[in-house]
Amino acid sequence: MSFDAVIDVQNVSKRFGGLRAVNNCSLRVERGSITGLIGPNGAGKSTLFNLVAGNITPDSGKIIFDGRDVTGLKPHQLFHLGMLRTFQIAHEFSNMTALENLMMVPPGQPGESLITTWLNPGRVREAERHVRQKALDVIDFLKLGHVKHELAGNLSGGQKKLLELGRTMMVDAKVVLLDEVAAGVNRTLLQDLAANIERMNQELGYTFFVIEHDMDLIGRLCDPVIVMAQGEKIAEGPMSEIRANPEIIEAYFGAPAEPA
Amino acid sequence: MNELIFFFNNVIVAGVVLGSIYAVGAIGVTLIFGILRFAHFAHGDMMTMGAFIAFLLMLAFQAMGISVPFLPTGFLVLPIAMVITAIIALGLDKGFYAPLRRRGARPVTLLIASIGVTLIIQGLIRLFFGSGTWNFFETEPKQLIRIPVPLEGVTRTINFTQPQLLMVICTVVAVLALHFFLTRSRLGKAMRAMADNADLAQVSGINTKLVVRVTWIIAGSLAAMAGTMLALDVQLKPDLAFNIVLPIFAAAIVGGLGQSYGAIAGGFLIGFAETAAIFNWSVLLRPISGALPFEVPATLAVVPTEYKLTVAFVILVVVLLWRPTGIFKGAQT
Amino acid sequence: MPLIELKNVVGGYGGAPILNGVNIAIEQSDIGVIVGPNGAGKSTTLKAIFGLLKVTEGSIVFGGEEIQNSLPDKLVPKGLSFVPQEKNVFTSMSVEENLEMGAFTRTDDFRPTMEWVYEMFPVLREKRRQPAGELSGGQRQMVAMGRALMSQPKLLLLDEPSAGLSPRYVLEIFEQIVKVNKAGVGILMVEQNARQALAFASRGFVLATGKNRFTGTGPELIADPEVAKSFLGG
Repeated sequence: MSFDAVIDVQNVSKRFGGLRAVNNCSLRVERGSITGLIGPNGAGKSTLFNLVAGNITPDSGKIIFDGRDVTGLKPHQLFHLGMLRTFQIAHEFSNMTALENLMMVPPGQPGESLITTWLNPGRVREAERHVRQKALDVIDFLKLGHVKHELAGNLSGGQKKLLELGRTMMVDAKVVLLDEVAAGVNRTLLQDLAANIERMNQELGYTFFVIEHDMDLIGRLCDPVIVMAQGEKIAEGPMSEIRANPEIIEAYFGAPAEPA
Repeated sequence: MNELIFFFNNVIVAGVVLGSIYAVGAIGVTLIFGILRFAHFAHGDMMTMGAFIAFLLMLAFQAMGISVPFLPTGFLVLPIAMVITAIIALGLDKGFYAPLRRRGARPVTLLIASIGVTLIIQGLIRLFFGSGTWNFFETEPKQLIRIPVPLEGVTRTINFTQPQLLMVICTVVAVLALHFFLTRSRLGKAMRAMADNADLAQVSGINTKLVVRVTWIIAGSLAAMAGTMLALDVQLKPDLAFNIVLPIFAAAIVGGLGQSYGAIAGGFLIGFAETAAIFNWSVLLRPISGALPFEVPATLAVVPTEYKLTVAFVILVVVLLWRPTGIFKGAQT
Repeated sequence: MPLIELKNVVGGYGGAPILNGVNIAIEQSDIGVIVGPNGAGKSTTLKAIFGLLKVTEGSIVFGGEEIQNSLPDKLVPKGLSFVPQEKNVFTSMSVEENLEMGAFTRTDDFRPTMEWVYEMFPVLREKRRQPAGELSGGQRQMVAMGRALMSQPKLLLLDEPSAGLSPRYVLEIFEQIVKVNKAGVGILMVEQNARQALAFASRGFVLATGKNRFTGTGPELIADPEVAKSFLGG
């Protein structure tokens, strides 16, 4: 079976001053997978994630997305190519309803142009109807129906993260970069989030690249899991293998002291 | 030569006086920003209030027949006015700003609150004093000091008033006192520590509430000093310092918010810039008009007197473009 | 009676609690080390002790007195000092002024203590008049510790003292901490570098999801393979 890499990171390096945060790192994310990225503090995984998401540019190396060289492209450009990133802190429009938040997402809607709104209201109405229907479908999928008319600022932490996921569904993202989804979310809603991510992956074919500290979530969702340490990829495999790998345990726990 | 003396009187002397007033006012603003992290818009009116308190005290002293030779009564009562204004400043904080801080108000909320305080103070002053002007030197004459210049052909003298001389002395004393306080005393250093890193200051055991109180005491006293000085120099009216609050803020920002020495530098920079900008430079050019390739106009000022306030803003914009955090690298605005 | 004892402490920043029943006890002679995976609540434990967040259940007893939810500046005179992980020096003030600030709550002559700090960290004496912001990472950490020691604490709380230091300096800072402990100051520190820190620990606490997972001496915990595995959620 051939490996269809939707994200292909090739020999990427990034330095900050004297520090090599990412050191000639290569990894691939398979289309249709939920791939995890873990590593101890200072491993360079946040930097790598930012490089893939376009927030920073690599000093060397290439990033290929869906067969296309996207090295150096900015996040909004990657958005139009189908790569979306969710935020550690959910960035919703707190004074608009959940439904309205979803409807805001698709770019280039006719209603955004002042002229079209005045001169071609029919077109605007039609487009809005489509977007609204899509948003309602997403709300249904995520089972957020009971809060669709609630102000997004009033939703719970977990519901805000679900809404964040919903936003990625509004533009049929090819790849969703999940940035510490578990942060600040209570256990129960976390299971709910995980279940939705799994459904999006299995039923709708979304690919997820997940950066996370919560090992239980990684264990439940991700296969494979890529481990980084000291700016490089040091292992890849299912979580059960990773947990038993002494080199990785050492990376997290610390190296044994030099013999006296 | 006479022209140079004219220049000296109208630009240098005037600049020193105006600069002193701006510097003393700006120090208060910058201290409040550094410690309490908000722009205290009511500072100008604290200055006016201080001046009116000094005025009342002066009237009281004159009524009781207390006076000191060589010292205008306005200066005699200044220390008392400073103490009273400091107490009022503490009251303002306790009544208006501290409750908002306790609720976690954002700096912009505190700024708007201070605009409200401005209106309250303005209103109270007008209620008691009307909206007319008053003069510190109604009954006492303003002593004029003339220093002759021992050079040939010079008919003009270097002129300044006694209140102006005393103002500059007061400013020097205040700045030195502040300097020693901030660099030698435990409480002064604690203030610097809190402006540097408020969380660490608290963790180190510094009594942050005490530091806040001392900040208001200093800011209130200096505001009274600046306001009284200004009123002694010109006239006392309810909107006295309202016109000066913006140049004072400009001085504080130019010097770097939170940097006391920057506020002093900024104050003098803007003071001199204003006097130089409204000066009629033709006066200096006329003696050498023969050597100039163009006709010297009757008046040549960078800015007409009515537009004096624009000078502060132009300097503010220029300095911020060059050094966004101010000359002495203060906090981000 | 232990110097400090946390009993079933539950707390957080509002919202879901981060600590879900933490138990810690150490003596003044101990070097206590708290380790654990990310999100376990290690730094949160120190902040709970120092009154920087809300404790909703359980108690923190220091020197026989309940101190949970105290104001930080009340704890310093009681003999507690805290060195935060970041922004832990007054960058615009000189090294000596930083130390002076540590002595703010003292009413007696603190110059002998300052001498003691300079003896402990000779490089600080050299740089006493330099602004702390100009010092290197390792030197800043010494200033931060020096500042905390000026109040003559019985217990010194350290949040990731080795964070951001190059490997050479990590060992050095731990050795300095041992020196301070030998001079009579109790230590409770949180560390990412679990194995290296536990090597010095007379009491080790492994936390996970806001609860205790393993407790023992440092060497005991290093020797137990379950401990290392727990960092990966096993």
